[in-house]
Amino acid sequence: MRWLSVALPPLVAALTLASLLTGPAGLGMSESLHALAWGGDGPLPIVMRDIRLPRAILGAVVGAGLGLAGAALQGYLRNPLAEPGLIGISGMAALGAVIAIQTGLSLATPLALPLTALAGAAAGVGLLAALAGPRGGSVTLILAGVAISALAGAGTALVLNLSPNPYAANEIVFWLMGSLADRSLLHVWLALPPMVLGAALILPTRRALDALTLGEAAAQSLGVSAVALRWRLIAGIALTVGPATAVAGAIGFVGLVVPHVLRPWVGARPSALLPASALGGAVLLLAADIAVRLIVPERDLKLGVLTAIVGAPLFLRLIWKTRSGGRV
Amino acid sequence: MAAAVMIAAALPAGAAPQRVVSMNLCSDQLAMMLAAPGQLISVSGLAQDPRLSPMADRAAAYVPNSGRAEEIFLMRPDLVIAGTYTPPATVAMLRGLGIRVEAPPPAESLAQIRAEIIRMGDLLGRQDAARALLARFDADLAAVRRPAPRGRAALYYANGYTSGPDTLAGAILDAAGYANVASDHGIAATAPLPMELLVMSQPDQLITGAKWPGRSQAEAILDHPALAAALPGMARVTDRTWICGIPFVIDAIRSLE
Amino acid sequence: MVLRLSGLSVTRRNRPVLHGVSLSLNPGEFVGLIGPNGAGKSSLMETALGLIPCTGTSSLATMPPAQRARHAAYLPQSRDIAWPVSVEDLVALGRIPWPGGGRGGLDRIAIDAAIARMGLEPYRKRTAQRLSGGEQNRALIARALAQDTPLLIADEPIAGLDPAQQLACLRLFRELAAEGRTVLASIHDLGLAARFCSRLVLLAEGHVLADGSVDAVLRDDLLARAFGITVRRVDTPDGPAILPV
Repeated sequence: MRWLSVALPPLVAALTLASLLTGPAGLGMSESLHALAWGGDGPLPIVMRDIRLPRAILGAVVGAGLGLAGAALQGYLRNPLAEPGLIGISGMAALGAVIAIQTGLSLATPLALPLTALAGAAAGVGLLAALAGPRGGSVTLILAGVAISALAGAGTALVLNLSPNPYAANEIVFWLMGSLADRSLLHVWLALPPMVLGAALILPTRRALDALTLGEAAAQSLGVSAVALRWRLIAGIALTVGPATAVAGAIGFVGLVVPHVLRPWVGARPSALLPASALGGAVLLLAADIAVRLIVPERDLKLGVLTAIVGAPLFLRLIWKTRSGGRV
Repeated sequence: MAAAVMIAAALPAGAAPQRVVSMNLCSDQLAMMLAAPGQLISVSGLAQDPRLSPMADRAAAYVPNSGRAEEIFLMRPDLVIAGTYTPPATVAMLRGLGIRVEAPPPAESLAQIRAEIIRMGDLLGRQDAARALLARFDADLAAVRRPAPRGRAALYYANGYTSGPDTLAGAILDAAGYANVASDHGIAATAPLPMELLVMSQPDQLITGAKWPGRSQAEAILDHPALAAALPGMARVTDRTWICGIPFVIDAIRSLE
Repeated sequence: MVLRLSGLSVTRRNRPVLHGVSLSLNPGEFVGLIGPNGAGKSSLMETALGLIPCTGTSSLATMPPAQRARHAAYLPQSRDIAWPVSVEDLVALGRIPWPGGGRGGLDRIAIDAAIARMGLEPYRKRTAQRLSGGEQNRALIARALAQDTPLLIADEPIAGLDPAQQLACLRLFRELAAEGRTVLASIHDLGLAARFCSRLVLLAEGHVLADGSVDAVLRDDLLARAFGITVRRVDTPDGPAILPV
């Protein structure tokens, strides 16, 4: 636990810096950082401030949000298989975002984009909490997640296919896989405030999530209000996952991989896992976003491709372990 | 090209087709310019779309087709003009039904435009009209061509694509006297250009693709603040005269004045 | 009075499970809740704690949640532990209702005392999920002890335990009562309930059929009505042995 809190923040900072210094233009390190901090004439400050800075910030913020939401969701559902992307919360957020974009709502007021996305995410997480609360087993959770994912994916495809824009239909892959390419500071300002609010709602539930280790009834007897906890987490997860998806698409597996890897390091306590997963999520997404730029620099490789390659085998292993009723 | 001319020359003289159906936006327009009255009976529906076709008004006088073999067969054509990108199954079926189908490639340079004018004249048996159109095209081109270097320009489309010198848009830039930024990055055809490379290139002129109705992430890239910051008030937008390698590219070249 | 229930009625899925149950528990009592499966024992405990909605009143359910958690600890029937936490962290969960939340000096003392009392010193750093069923049960009881409440409500605390563990658990509850706390536990083994509890409450079909001393409750007619069985009682030096026949 100590070790993590010492190691993770500098790692996030180092990867943010590395993200700022990664790009096809092959700029010098000192001149780019100088241009980032002090500006100046010419195109360099524009590249650093308008193209790379938003990407680096969003990598850290979206990753942190997904890691935190994943850890909170797992703690609440008492299930290591819970992950915002896999069980359709990100998909519902994407549906909300696509509706805002295609109806022109986001053109009228940019705030409509994160708002509709978080409404979608809230619908998804609310439905899940109702179908598979802390008492629901893995099977209920995964089946509910499959249904919600399928519904959200179909809705997104339908809206994009109905668009008069010929490019829209090809964007299903962005909404399914996510990307941070060519995001602007506007996206940062749209996503960051609601995500901070979401984190502020989630973090105080740490002890309540600890109490849920013993089950819902025991947690309630320890003074946890089940209703308040549920609404707080639905709101908090929607506020983090919704805006993150609105600007970066649905990036899966971050909320699964990060809590799973960090759990042994924090003694499996949900309260310690929440902040650690936020930092770990930032590390994972920043690293993935640097990797997509290094692996195929000339193409916009989707982030979700990389996170799925890492995450899906882990997910299968978790199912294998929980299959026989065993615990992680 | 030479092969195409030979094929056209090998056709029996005086066998000009009487019922011609065009199913490709670009050949639609060339055919409308060159065909004798009553010779062309149908053009593609795209030719009637004013966003895509500078000749939408004239195309409205023709029966539109949507490129399906069945409807085209029922028009009883003696010549069908398709394109390189017409679905092969449709072409094969029409040929199987005994209909002559020609599929000229899209013109990607000014020289190819000239060749395609001649080829269309030969296909329709309207060589005189083609020569007249070609002469007009050459004269207009000479009038708008700007050989003197006017600066460096970048083409930028949805999804961050740019076009190099081997494309029609690249040829239009060149004729207008601009150096193409895509060449700096080794792009000859159409390929993605990372936005930061575009910004670092500091082009004098940015020419973006026209936006379609509705919205898309792909086109949202054209609104990125970095473009506005790097090239304040400089963007021009391509229009329907940039799409096909036909004499209308003169208007596209002129739009860059 | 540690707990007062009056006129509790509960309906679940349109099926009545409790009918006007009234009950008062005093300090120093170890009350055994007996009755056939489906009599409403678990519902009675959860209702008393305010975990399920009801008509009637429970002195616990009307307290604010945090205050209630400092007044009554609850050992649910499910011994499921969701995460691989250490025994020490598991026991520390009992301190959540208290101001230190598990980290304060008083918390440490309570946690250490609970671990020591349940003989869990050697297992302190071990993962609770990997312990045997009996050891896990002791860790969960230690968690409830760390909560340091006047009242402990335990739902079938000895189900699934071996005889030695059953005896250890019931002895502990008797000690707690002797210290002035109150224990309410549902128990299926009538013999063990008769030997260890200071008072029995017999529940059948949502009604309190009998409430009082062991002799007053374990009457043939009452048991016949509640369970549909007769019992043979044999007095031994260690207490009455009760054989269902």
